[in-house]
Amino acid sequence: MAYDYEKSIRPGKLPHIWCPGCGHGIVMKGLIRAMDACELDRKNTAIVSGIGCASRLPGYLDCCTLHTAHGRAAAFATGVKMSKPDMNVIVCGGDGDGTAIGGNHFIHACRRNIDMTYIIMNNFIYGMTGGQFSPCTPTGDKASTTPYGNPDPIFDISKLAIGAGATFVARTTAFHATQIDKLIAEGIKHKGMAIIEVLDDCPTTYGRRNKFRSVTDMMKRLKDIAVPVAAASKMTAEQLEGKVLTGVLYKEELPEYTAQYADVIKKAQGA
Amino acid sequence: MAKKVALLQGNEACALGALYAGCDFFGGYPITPSTEVAEVLSNELPKNGGKFIQMEDEIGAMASVIGASLTGAKALTATSGPGVSLKQELIGYACIAETPCVIINVMRGGPSTGMPTGPGQSDVMQAMWGTHGDHAAIALTPASCQEIFEETVRAFNLAEKYRMPVQVLYDEIVGHMRERIEFPEPGDLEVVDREAPSVSPEEYKPYDSTKGQIPPLAAFGSGYKFHVTGLNKAADGFPTTKAELVDAEERRQIAKVMDNIADIESYEEYLIDDADVVIWAFGSTSRSARYAVNELRKEGIKAGLFRPITLWPFPAKRTAELAEQCKGIVVAEMNLGQMVYEVERVAQGKCVVVHEGRVDGEPINPGQIMNKVKEVI
Ligand SMILES: Cc1ncc(C[n+]2csc(CCOP(=O)(O)OP(=O)(O)O)c2C)c(N)n1
Ligand code: SF4
Ligand SMILES: [Mg+2]
Repeated sequence: MAYDYEKSIRPGKLPHIWCPGCGHGIVMKGLIRAMDACELDRKNTAIVSGIGCASRLPGYLDCCTLHTAHGRAAAFATGVKMSKPDMNVIVCGGDGDGTAIGGNHFIHACRRNIDMTYIIMNNFIYGMTGGQFSPCTPTGDKASTTPYGNPDPIFDISKLAIGAGATFVARTTAFHATQIDKLIAEGIKHKGMAIIEVLDDCPTTYGRRNKFRSVTDMMKRLKDIAVPVAAASKMTAEQLEGKVLTGVLYKEELPEYTAQYADVIKKAQGA
Repeated sequence: MAKKVALLQGNEACALGALYAGCDFFGGYPITPSTEVAEVLSNELPKNGGKFIQMEDEIGAMASVIGASLTGAKALTATSGPGVSLKQELIGYACIAETPCVIINVMRGGPSTGMPTGPGQSDVMQAMWGTHGDHAAIALTPASCQEIFEETVRAFNLAEKYRMPVQVLYDEIVGHMRERIEFPEPGDLEVVDREAPSVSPEEYKPYDSTKGQIPPLAAFGSGYKFHVTGLNKAADGFPTTKAELVDAEERRQIAKVMDNIADIESYEEYLIDDADVVIWAFGSTSRSARYAVNELRKEGIKAGLFRPITLWPFPAKRTAELAEQCKGIVVAEMNLGQMVYEVERVAQGKCVVVHEGRVDGEPINPGQIMNKVKEVI
């Protein structure tokens, strides 16, 4: 039987705004399966996003959804979680939203290790505004504002998250659709900041400028560059050139922020 | 029973006023001359089970405040000019998403870093027009420590009632001076709580104004699932580009303030009835102005004081009446000309309107104001 996604989707909200072949929809289905697997009470689940194609995701889901301003999702979500620590808080957004304009909120949310699951859809581009380069556009690639090729080095989002203090960091791609929900579900169950980076594709603004003839080509690339962490340990540096590690990249149990603040309250109340 | 009294700094009075109003969330970022508000609340909020968070910057602080408010919290942030500039995009977000919150701006000079420990009153136009797009604004300007306490309570009340951000602006002098304040007992001051939706979660629409100009806001996590966005939206909260819906919502969000000015407005008048010259001043400047009025009266000059406590919406009706009645209005403010343009606009040439400003980090003194008044008559 086909998986029942509809019960999670707000009536009348489809079709979505994404282009045919856009990877964001694959991530949304993964998130729905993860929420089902974790049996999340939708009334008690906030999904918070910034601005961008990826950030339009929450509007489709039948939860408490908060579509904020460009880059600010993690900070809004921090307010939600601090104020109501028993809510499940999921953040989603794009590479540009999370690591350029929102980079400061992103690293500090990681540092606090506040209990939320942040799904960052890395399509290597600013999709919504028509394909300007993002901090994740590969050096040398074409974007509407890098007509001579991108001179900028990139952010490795997962490494950034680990460095900033997130206690669960995982990465996969839109090609590996069945891994998306498993990693998100693990992130949801993890007590602390969980970053799930999903490499996906923007055929409309990135693919066409960078010689991908079809969405299939883009998916093939995602398939080719992904190396599961376990396999990577048996590979040489040379073999790993141009690859990205996938799976759970980092996991650690450390005090969670709202639990720490509950202790502050106890102290303040003289306990 | 005698009321509890204390010698309090303006910023401390603000923090205690917030607690009186039921504030249970503060998100901030330190900046002189506002920091004491955060310091007091970091100590007091957790005692009541409230939450204090120092965010990574003022944008994050504003975001956290809106997020918390959507879960039903009475949420506050406090900052000064540079911080308010950073918050502007999200102040607009709170306007369009109709999210109650209070922003304290302890004003210093500027632009930019300016004089961090000096007073200023140069953010008053920003309070109205700082964020982009059409919107209404409510801004209050207390002039004493007691009034900071009371106006902070009123700011929360207005924010909750009108479902919008409310700014409280006071200059560094009022923020840092110490005065005796009498603590209101619970019940002495009105405390307004957010109206809860009267319909079931299934029927709930966060911007349904068919039953009134200000639709009730449900809290995240209270059984209501709904969507909040900064895009123009329809009654159900989802984005729309339908011309008539966008237009109606934008107009409603301004009308909910402008149709209720009588409820929001607040001002004080001193010796105004027979005044030939009205000094129009707020915050610490109004205290110099009051002194000037007394001195001028001793010299036989009929001066009076109009002191707006609600700065925005602008007290247009009363200012226009004063312009009809007197020979001249002296607008005294610690800037190089801001509210004076509003006063000129509504005076419509019916009396002389002049400006007395100062931006050197020193307060406007009574002598300065007296000289200006004498120029007018
Ligand atoms: C303050 C602000 N600056 C710029 C923009 C314009 N803008 C909207 S979306 C976007 C980029 C989004 O890219 P990303 O987050 O990677 O999401 P994608 O569209 O690729 O999914 C930009 C620059 C904006 N909305 N707000
Ligand atoms: S522009 Fe790109 S990111 Fe945006 S919906 Fe289209 S394919 Fe997806
Ligand atoms: Mg992108």
